[in-house]
Amino acid sequence: MYILQYSNAILGGATIGLAASLLLLLNGRVLGISGIAANIISGQSYSRKYSISFVCGLFLAGWTAFTLIPGALADSPVTDLKILALAGLLVGVGTRLGNGCTSGHGVCGLSRFSKRSLFATITFMASAIATVYLTQHIWELGQL
Amino acid sequence: MKILSYFFIGIVFGVGLILSGMTLPLKVLGFLDIFGNWDPTLAFVMGAAVTTTTIGYQLILRRSSPVLENSFFLPTERVIDTKLLLGACMFGMGWGLVGFCPGPVLTAVSSLTTGTIAFVCAMFAGFWVAGLAK
Repeated sequence: MYILQYSNAILGGATIGLAASLLLLLNGRVLGISGIAANIISGQSYSRKYSISFVCGLFLAGWTAFTLIPGALADSPVTDLKILALAGLLVGVGTRLGNGCTSGHGVCGLSRFSKRSLFATITFMASAIATVYLTQHIWELGQL
Repeated sequence: MKILSYFFIGIVFGVGLILSGMTLPLKVLGFLDIFGNWDPTLAFVMGAAVTTTTIGYQLILRRSSPVLENSFFLPTERVIDTKLLLGACMFGMGWGLVGFCPGPVLTAVSSLTTGTIAFVCAMFAGFWVAGLAK
């Protein structure tokens, strides 16, 4: 069970790395999903159709897994719509101000040895860990 | 051809996120809960993703240009400023509150549950608001 858990994690991580490498090889771009998704609205970075196409691929992968494999996707243990909306808003504004999320800064940025991405990654990891600590252990909202 | 490549890479990225367990917010929160019942599995995802990408990037950047474009479009920004750190801090708060970051939630929203749709709508509203501020 443990071996399966870790082998899936490593295989999944390598597949994420494969996707990031393919996007650089074929299209010359860094795989930052918050930037790709935000470009659907702004259209500032490049043509919207490419971003839409990428997100459709992501959706199709999700939908196929959801249909074929029970438990491949899950909802957040947090079910309060107000908190979900607040979290979504923070993620949306935060990734635009900070120009990236887990994929852009955390995976691609670190792989390019970008100091900017290293600072961003340390900051959002620390902030996420602190948020979980506060909500779970201090305020005991008790989702886990 | 370019449209198809984005679509195909989107599928590969989605498969990676699902395989790795990133589409399970409870697991993500368990990884972030280092002061509680810590689940270290996702550190292996990060490690494998960064290792693969580092090697891939080194090999690919020896080329003079990508396959479907005339040049590479790598980020040129170098400044570490308040905007970067404040943004990263806000992103971390949202991620830690519910366990979803942008890639996994855009994959998980295919289940069309109210919660994932609410998060995605709010996230796009956030993109829009931040775009106005710029």
